[in-house]
Amino acid sequence: MSVVVEQDPALLVVNPRLVPGGQDYHDVTNKISGIIEGEVFKTPMKYWITLSVTGGILVLLGAMLTYLVATGIGVWGNNRPIGWAWDITNFVFWIGIGHAGTLISAILFLFRQKWRTSINRSAEAMTLFAVACAGIFPLFHTGRPWRAYWLFPIWNSDLNLWQNFRSPLIWDVFAVSTYGTVSALFWFTGLIPDLATIRDRATTKVRQWVFGVLALGWRGSARHWRNYEAAYLILAGISTPLVLSVHTIVSFDFAVSVIPGWHTTIFPPYFVAGAIFSGFACVMTLLVIARWSLNLHDLITIKHLENMCKIMLVTGSIVGYAYGTEFFIAWYSGNGYERFTFLNRAFGPYYWAYWTMISCNVLIPQLFWFKRMRTSIPVMFVISITTNIGMWFERFVIIVTSLHRDFLPSSWGYFRPTWVDMCTFTGTIGLFLTLFLLFARFLPMIAMSEVKGVVADEKHKFKGQELVAR
Amino acid sequence: MSLISIKSKTGPKYWRSLDHLADTPEFREWVHREFPVSASEMLDGKSRRTVLKLMAASFGLAGLTACRRPVEHILPNVAGIEDYIPGAQYYYSTAMPLGGQVTGLLIETHDGRPTKVEGNPGHPSSLGAATAIQQASVLGIYDPDRSSKVLEGGKESSFPKFEAAVKALSLADGSGLRFLSGLVMSPSLSALRAQALAKFPKAKWVEYEPVARDNETAGTTLAFGQPLYPHAQYDKAKVVVALDSDFLGLDSTAPLPTKLFSKRRRVHAEEDVDKINRLYAVESQFSLTGANADHRLRLRGSEIPQFAADLATGLGALPGTLVVVGNGSGDKRTKFLGAMIKDLKSAGTEALVVAGARQPASVHALAYLINQSLGSLGTTITFTKPPAEKVDPNALSGLEAFRALAAEMSSGQVSTLVILGGNPAYTSPADLQFAVALSKVTNSIHLGLEDDETAAAAKWHVPEAHYLESWGDTRARSGVAAIQQPMIDPLYGGRTAAEMVALLIDAKDKKAYDIVKNYWLNQWPGAGKDAAAVKEKTWRESLNAGVIASTKTVENIKASVDAKKVAAAVAAEPKPVAAGVEVGFYPSAAAWDGRFANNGWMQEAPDPITKLTWGNAAMISPATARAQNLTDGDIVTLSRGNVKLEAAVMIQPGHADNAASIALGYGRERCGPVGQDVGFNAYLIRTSDAYWFGQGFTIAPTGKTHKHATTQEHGTIGDQGVNAEHQNGRPVVREATLEEYKKHPKFAEEAQEVPALESIYPQVIYDKGYQWGMSIDLTSCTGCNACVVACQSENNIPVVGKDQVMRGREMHWIRMDRYYTGAEDDPTIVEQPVPCMQCENAPCENVCPVAATTHSPEGLNDMAYNRCVGTRYCLNNCPFKVRHFNFLNFHKHDPDVAGLVHNPDVSVRMRGVMEKCTYCVQRIEEARINAKVDGRRAIKDGEIKTACQQTCPADAIVFGNINDPASRVSALKKQERNYAMLAELDIRPRTTYLAKLRNPNPELQA
Amino acid sequence: MAVIFPKASDLVLKTIGAVVGLGAVLGIAAYAYYTYPTVIDTGYQPQQPVPYSHKLHAGQLGLDCFYCHATVYKAAFAAVPPTETCMNCHKRVKDRSPRLEVVRQSYASGQPIPWIQIHRLPDYVYFNHEAHLSAGVSCVTCHGRIDQMIEVHQDQPLNMAFCLECHRNPAPNIRPAELVTKLDWVPDRDPAEIGREIIAQKHLEPPTNCSGCHR
Repeated sequence: MSVVVEQDPALLVVNPRLVPGGQDYHDVTNKISGIIEGEVFKTPMKYWITLSVTGGILVLLGAMLTYLVATGIGVWGNNRPIGWAWDITNFVFWIGIGHAGTLISAILFLFRQKWRTSINRSAEAMTLFAVACAGIFPLFHTGRPWRAYWLFPIWNSDLNLWQNFRSPLIWDVFAVSTYGTVSALFWFTGLIPDLATIRDRATTKVRQWVFGVLALGWRGSARHWRNYEAAYLILAGISTPLVLSVHTIVSFDFAVSVIPGWHTTIFPPYFVAGAIFSGFACVMTLLVIARWSLNLHDLITIKHLENMCKIMLVTGSIVGYAYGTEFFIAWYSGNGYERFTFLNRAFGPYYWAYWTMISCNVLIPQLFWFKRMRTSIPVMFVISITTNIGMWFERFVIIVTSLHRDFLPSSWGYFRPTWVDMCTFTGTIGLFLTLFLLFARFLPMIAMSEVKGVVADEKHKFKGQELVAR
Repeated sequence: MSLISIKSKTGPKYWRSLDHLADTPEFREWVHREFPVSASEMLDGKSRRTVLKLMAASFGLAGLTACRRPVEHILPNVAGIEDYIPGAQYYYSTAMPLGGQVTGLLIETHDGRPTKVEGNPGHPSSLGAATAIQQASVLGIYDPDRSSKVLEGGKESSFPKFEAAVKALSLADGSGLRFLSGLVMSPSLSALRAQALAKFPKAKWVEYEPVARDNETAGTTLAFGQPLYPHAQYDKAKVVVALDSDFLGLDSTAPLPTKLFSKRRRVHAEEDVDKINRLYAVESQFSLTGANADHRLRLRGSEIPQFAADLATGLGALPGTLVVVGNGSGDKRTKFLGAMIKDLKSAGTEALVVAGARQPASVHALAYLINQSLGSLGTTITFTKPPAEKVDPNALSGLEAFRALAAEMSSGQVSTLVILGGNPAYTSPADLQFAVALSKVTNSIHLGLEDDETAAAAKWHVPEAHYLESWGDTRARSGVAAIQQPMIDPLYGGRTAAEMVALLIDAKDKKAYDIVKNYWLNQWPGAGKDAAAVKEKTWRESLNAGVIASTKTVENIKASVDAKKVAAAVAAEPKPVAAGVEVGFYPSAAAWDGRFANNGWMQEAPDPITKLTWGNAAMISPATARAQNLTDGDIVTLSRGNVKLEAAVMIQPGHADNAASIALGYGRERCGPVGQDVGFNAYLIRTSDAYWFGQGFTIAPTGKTHKHATTQEHGTIGDQGVNAEHQNGRPVVREATLEEYKKHPKFAEEAQEVPALESIYPQVIYDKGYQWGMSIDLTSCTGCNACVVACQSENNIPVVGKDQVMRGREMHWIRMDRYYTGAEDDPTIVEQPVPCMQCENAPCENVCPVAATTHSPEGLNDMAYNRCVGTRYCLNNCPFKVRHFNFLNFHKHDPDVAGLVHNPDVSVRMRGVMEKCTYCVQRIEEARINAKVDGRRAIKDGEIKTACQQTCPADAIVFGNINDPASRVSALKKQERNYAMLAELDIRPRTTYLAKLRNPNPELQA
Repeated sequence: MAVIFPKASDLVLKTIGAVVGLGAVLGIAAYAYYTYPTVIDTGYQPQQPVPYSHKLHAGQLGLDCFYCHATVYKAAFAAVPPTETCMNCHKRVKDRSPRLEVVRQSYASGQPIPWIQIHRLPDYVYFNHEAHLSAGVSCVTCHGRIDQMIEVHQDQPLNMAFCLECHRNPAPNIRPAELVTKLDWVPDRDPAEIGREIIAQKHLEPPTNCSGCHR
C-alpha cells in the first residue's frame, strides 16, 4: 500500500483520478482477483441467495419454452392482426441492451477513452448475455421451431430450395449471429491476460487447469502483448460498425414492411440511438449494483457513472427527437393511414403504453442536465431502471400499436399478454442475471490489465501533485 | 399413410369392406405388430364404427413409427367395381328439407364419403346455389355426438328389442295413438301417414315446427278462402316492400329468393341501370333484408300491422282515408309511408309487397290485398295449390294443433306418442310445458338425430338417419319432387321417419329404399310388357337429375282477395300497447331452431349482422341501451308473467327502440359438447301468446356480465370517434346512389385519395397463359355467409372455438366484413366479402424468410404449407389481414370421424403454419389436368368455379382468366365501378370489387 | 505453472481444437448423408404378402402395366388391382400353387390382400398419374425397370429435387404417349430431341411453382 496522497481539490474537480487512492498494480490485482479466488463456500450468503433466485427464474424460462413448443404459439397472446407482440418486443429489447457493451468497449477504446477500462469488461459480458436472451425469441417465436433451421441458408439438395434473401428476417439471422460471434471473440480476447494472471496466482490444481486452458498459454511475452494488442484493435475495429449495422438491420424488419407506423425511413438511426440509450441504462444499473455489492468504489468512480449519464442524456434526447419527427412526418405526408396510426398511438386504446414510453425515455432523462442528478447514485439508478422500462415500451408501442389497427377497420384487434408471455420475459431476465452473477463471481469483472495501464498513466500524470503534497 | 391408401383403394362399399377388413387375421396381426398397446381396444369394434378406429390406427401408426419408415398397407377391393375410380370425386343429387322448404343439392363424395354440398342447378329452389346451413349440413353426418344407440328409459337397448316392444303395443283403433312430426315434405311419407291413419282411424298426426310459415298459409286462407302457396317473383318486381320479411335471410331456407332478387340487383350493362329494383324494409331487428334495403324503417313487430294497414289505406286498398299516426309530417314513418305509396303506385304491376313469416295472418292477407289493388297479383306474386298430400284433412299442422296435442297428453288421453324427428321438449312454447306432458305418456317413442332433451324425456329413443345417409323423397313448394338418395350407409345405424311408420303399421315395405322406390314406381304410368323397364329408366333419370321430371311446377291459379274479410281481420288485430319492452324471436342464422347447435361450422360462422359467434344475445337499440343504461354484455332478466330468461344484451345499431330481439336455438341443455350451454335459451320466454313477438316484457339488469365472441372489434363510439364498425372515412367499401353513379360513373376510382405508389423495381408483367382473377359485386352481395361456410368445407378450415374467436384467431379464409354507415341510431349496413386478394406485388411474399409463399406464373399467391416455419411476418405485412395462422393444433380434439369430412384434395394444415385462400387452387389444377388430358384444349371460361362462387346465391362472385378478354371476369373488371382495395399501395390485387350501388327514392333522399 | 503447461502444450491445445472442429464438421456431414431420402428411401424393398414377380408377369409374359394398374390413365392414383384381376388368369393357371394361397383365400373370403406400399409421397404432395402419362412420361422415369424386378424396390429417391429436375427440364423424359408402358423402349435418336418435339406439339409446361404440387 503506497502513501495516501491528498490532491489539489481544484485539479480533482477538473479531472479527478480514474483510479484514486494511489493504488498500485498489486492492489488492483488483489482487489479484482480476490473476488474470484475467495473460497467458493466462503462467498457471502447474499450472493448464493440471489443466484438461487435468478436460477429459479431461469428454470421458469425453460418450463415456459417447453410448454410453448409442446402446445403452440397460441399459449401467447398473439393473434390476428397482431402476429408479433411480446416475442419480437423482447427480441429487439435485448438486442438493444447488447449494444452499449460493444459501444463502450470498441468505440471508446478506439477513441482512447481511459475511463472505459473499469466498465468495459462487464459491459462486454452484458452484451453477450443480452444477445443470448435476444436469440431465444427469433427461434421460439416461429410456429414450428423444429423447422427453424430452415432460416439458415443451408443448401438443401433434397428440396432443391433456397431461402428468400429478400426477407429482413434472413438479414437478421446474419446480423445477429455475426454480432454474437464477434462480441464473444472480443470479450474473450480481452480476458486472456487476466485469465493468465489468475492462473498464475492459482493455488489449487483445478483452478490452475481451468484457467490454464482458458488462458491459451498466455505468458505475457512481448510478442504475446504485441499480437494481443493488434488482435484487440482489429476486433474493436470490426465491432464498431456492427454496433450500427445490427440495429439498423433489426429496424429493417419494420421499415421494410407496408404497415403504417413501421414503413418509415427514420428507423435505422432512431433504433441505433435507442439501443445505445437502453444499453447504457442497463450497464448503469448493473454497475451501480456491482459497485455497491462488491464494493468497487475506487474502480468504478462517480466520474465513470457521470460520463454515462451524459451519454444517456444525449441518446435519450435523440430518441425524443425521433418521436417528434415520426409525428411530424405522419402529419406532413398527408397519408391518412399514417396520421391515424400515430394519433391512435397517443390517444388510442394503447395510449398508456405510449405515454409510459414518452415519460420514461424523453422526460425523465432530462434530469441529467443537472450535475447534482448526474452524480447522485440513487437518482441515476432509478433513471437507469425507468429508461429500460421506457425502451421496452418503445418496442411494444412500435410493434403492437401499429399492428392492432392497420388498414381495414374490420380486422382491428387488441392484444392482451397471457401469463406465459409474462413468465417467458421474466425468464429471460433470469437467464441474463444468472449468467451475469456467475460471470461476476468466477471471471475477472474488471479488465485488470487495462486498469493497470491507467494506473501507470496516472502515476506519471499526478507525480507533480504528490510532490506538492509532500 | 395407410389412411390414404385405404381411402383411395376401396370402393363405395367402403364401410362394409372395412368392417370385414377389421376382423381379418392378417389385419389383426398387422395391427398387433404396429400397436403393442391399443390393438385390443382397436378391434373390439363391431359395425361401421370400426372404420373410425381404423383411422385411429393409421394416425397412431404415423406417430408410433415416425422414427423409421412406417409399413403402410394398400388394401384393394377383392372384386372390382365398374366405372369406379379410386380417389376421383363423384357427385350425387339429393334434396334437403328444412322449415317447410326443400332445396335440391349435389353432394361431392370421395371414395364413398360425402365431403361437400353444392346447389343443384336443375332444382327450381336452388338454381345451383346453396345456403350456409346447407353447406354445413355435411358436417352433421360425421358429428360424433349424434345419437348412435337405441335407448329405453335412457338405458342402452337395441333395435330388435325396440321392434319387439313396438309389436307388443296394443293400439286397437289408435284412439291413444298420436304422431308428432316436423312439416312433412315427403310424398311417400304422406302416403304412409294416410295408411297409418286408415289403419288407426282414431289416431292423429300433428305437424309442428318451431320456425314455420303457418301465418303465411293462414293469410292465404283468410284472403282467398283456401290455403295457397304464394310465390314472390322478386325478379319481376321493380319496387319491393318487405313488411318484417327477411326473404334474403332467415325467412327463406332456400337460396331461391336471393337468386331472383339479385337478378335485378346487378348493373353490368347500360340497360341494367333502369332495371335495378328498389327495396323498402320495415322491421324491428336488423336483418339481411334490412341491410340490403335502399330504405329501412325500424318499427317494433307489433307496430307493423298498423303500418301495413296505413299503407293499404294510403293505396286505397282499404276503405277510409289515411290517418297518419306518429308525430307529424317531419316524422320518418310518415315521410317513408308517403314516398313508398307514390313509388308503389308508379310501379303498379311491377310492385311487390311481402309480409314476413313472423307477422300475423291479417298482415299477409293485407299484403295480398295491396298487391291486388296494385295489379301485381299474378305477376310479381303468384299462387299455387298445395300438393294433394298437404291438404290432407288428417294433417293437423301448426301451433294450434300442437297446443291441442299437448293438452291431450297432459290430460292423459295419449297412450302412445311417436315423435318423428325434431326436439319438441326443447322447442315447444314455454307455456305448453311439453316435457311435463310427455312424461304423462306411457309409450313415448322419439326418433331423433341427437340424444337430446326430448330423447331424455321419452321412454324410447331411436337414432334417426341423417338426410345425407337416408333414402327419401321431397316435394318443394313449387310442386317439383326430388328423390333423396344416401351418400353413405347410416354411420350410426339410424332409421328414417318412413321406416318408423312402416314398422309401426307393419307396412309391406319396411326399408326406406323400397318405400320410396315403390311409391314412385306406382306414381308413374306405364303399361305393357316393358313398363317395368320404362319406370326403372325414369327412376334412374330422376336420381341423376335430382328432380322427378314427371312432377312439373304446379300451375299458378287465379285467385282474388276478399277485401271485406281482410278489412275485418285487420280491424280485429290488437293495437300495440305502449307499456313495457317488446321481445321478438327469430331463428338463429347458425343454429336455426336449435337443430344445428352441435354443428361447429355454423356456431363459428359469424352472424351476418351482429358478427356474433358461439351464442346469441338480446339485441337492443342504442337508445334503449341508454334508457336502461345497459352496455354490451350486461346480463339482464327478460320477464313477462311467469316466464323469465337471463340473457346478455348486445347493442344493435338500427334496432327498433323499446324492443329486444333474441335468436332461438341456443342454450341447449342436452346436446353435444359443441352446442351444450352455448348462448341463452329463448324458448324459455317464448309462449304461444307471445310466439314471434310479445309485448309488455320487463327488462332488468342483473349486474352480471357476459363476454360476446364477435369477429369484428366492437369498438365503442367516442373512442376518439374511430370505430372498427365504421370505415372511418377510409375508401374500403365504395358505394353510391344510382343518381350519383349516373353523374360520376367513375366514383369508385375517384374515391381513392392518394395516388398509387410507384415501384422503383421493374414490374413483373403477367400476360402469358391463364391469369386468374376475381370480381366481387358489392351491389348484389347480400352478406349471407354461404361463401364463408362453403370455403370452410372445401378447404378443410378448422373450427377454433369460442375462446379462440375471442382472442381473434378465427380461421375463415373468406371474411364477411360488415360496416355501419350513418347515424348510430338508424344506420345502414354494407357487407363486403374479403378473401385473399392475390396481390401481384404481394407484401407477404418478400418478407417470408423461407420462401413458403411465392407467386405463381398465373398470378396466384401460392402458399406451401409444408415449407412454412410460422414467423407470422407475412400476416403482419398483409394489408388485408387475410392470412390465418394455426396458433394451436386446432385438429387436436377432433374425433377421428371428423377427419372423414375433409377434402382429400387439400392438405390439412398443422399447428404453427400460416394458411390462406388460393382461389381453390385444387379446383384450378383439376380443371387444368382435365383440359390437358382431353385433347389438350384450353380451360373454358366458367369451367372453374371457386367454392365461394359456386355457392353464392346472389352470383356476386365471378372468377376466371383475366388474360382472356372474352371471359366474364375481364368484362366485369372493365366496368367503371371496378376498384381494388388499397390500390394506393401498388400491391395490384387480383381480386377487385364492383362498387356498391343503392337505388334510394329521391324523395326520401332530401 | 510451467509444470502443467509447458510451451509445447500450446501445440496440443491447437491440435485438440482442430480435431474437435473437424469431428463436428464430419459428424454433421455424416448425419446429413444418412438421413437423406436418396439414401433411406431408394432401394426400399419390403417383403410382400404374395411373392408376385413383376419380372415374370410384366417382363417375360409381357403383360402391359395398364392391365393391372388400370386407373393410371384416368386417375391420380395408380390403383393396385383387385384380387379378381389376379384370379382372371389364376383360376386356371397355377390354380393349385401354394404361393397363390393368400390370393385364393382373399378371393374366397373377400378380404383384401394387405400389399405393402413402396412408392410413397408425403400427404401434402399431389401427384397425378393421369397427367404425367398423358404428357408422355414413362413409368420407367420414376419406377425404374419394374419389368426386371422380381420383388419391386424403390428405384428413385422421389424427393422434391427429383421432381423439380424433370419439371425444369422435361425433354429427356418425354416420349410418345403410347409408349409410356414400354419400359424397354430404346429411342432411335436422342430422346431429348424427341421430347422437345412432343413438348412443342403438346404445349407441355410442367409447373415449377408451389401450387403445382402442394395445395
